[in-house]
Amino acid sequence: MANKDRTLVEILEEHNLIDVVKYMNFVGSPQAGAVATFSGTTRDTFEGKTVLELRYEAYVPMAIKQMKTICESARSSWDLISIAVAHRLGPVPVGEISVFVAVSSVHRADSLEACRFLIDELKASVPIWKKEVYTNGEVWKENSEFLQRRLELGNGNGSHSCRKRLVEEGQHRKGCCGVKVRIDEVPVVDDKSPRTSSCGGDPSLAMGKTIVAENREEEDGVG
Amino acid sequence: MERQMEPEMETSTASSGDKVLSSISIKVLFFARARDLTGLSETPLVVPYGSTANYCLEALISKFPRLEEIHHCMVLALNEEYAAGSSTVKDNDELAIIPPISGG
Repeated sequence: MANKDRTLVEILEEHNLIDVVKYMNFVGSPQAGAVATFSGTTRDTFEGKTVLELRYEAYVPMAIKQMKTICESARSSWDLISIAVAHRLGPVPVGEISVFVAVSSVHRADSLEACRFLIDELKASVPIWKKEVYTNGEVWKENSEFLQRRLELGNGNGSHSCRKRLVEEGQHRKGCCGVKVRIDEVPVVDDKSPRTSSCGGDPSLAMGKTIVAENREEEDGVG
Repeated sequence: MERQMEPEMETSTASSGDKVLSSISIKVLFFARARDLTGLSETPLVVPYGSTANYCLEALISKFPRLEEIHHCMVLALNEEYAAGSSTVKDNDELAIIPPISGG
């Protein structure tokens, strides 16, 4: 089958918008009964602070390798037709997409579960960083998924193929870095820990949208 | 024994043929918070032959003490792959300091 086993991984340089249609078309195929997508977009507030934009940077060659590794892991766990993963670099203003995942499969369960796996793994192990820029300061964010995976990665194990991942065991959501927050004017409310409270936790990105488009779902019947 | 080297350096003849390497040079990359702390996006580093990635990290922390801030929440990558601190670095290797990532 001409469209089988196709994987597209892209890191877009500054000021290039993520072309959702392009990736949807890439994963579409006559064999696909389902296409699942995830888009991560910049949210306008974090813990009451007004977010102006997120600024992304990456260790590009390693990020591409790691994204490909994750796609292979997904294929080893689910029956997938095509995968597309794209991440944008540079400033991403509020409302715009920073990351996009599209997966196609014959039946929807595979693409839905793989889509979730791909974005979670991307956040845990792909060397990309974002700085959240507020009206009055900026902060390097830390993904809780990375902090939970850190010891494994630190043993040189960058691949995580098991689909049955344990539900997070009440890991504390706080990052471990010290002062990495710059706030020019701290509002004088009862802010208990202004310098560390923003670590971890997957803050800004957040407003993920999962869209599922199903065609010809033979086994399960159409939607 | 005309050479007076530390034990780890004596093994260098085994792998480097005619040329005896007593030290090697690697490239170190700093991203995100690590770059802010060092003020550099990359730096060369010379370490004894046979050094581990952790040895390099300690050397970097001596050179850039502010890196201590992320010491316990970062990981290392060697030649574009996550690496254990016990990995041995080779001449011309690329070692990256990976502070907590935040893609997505």
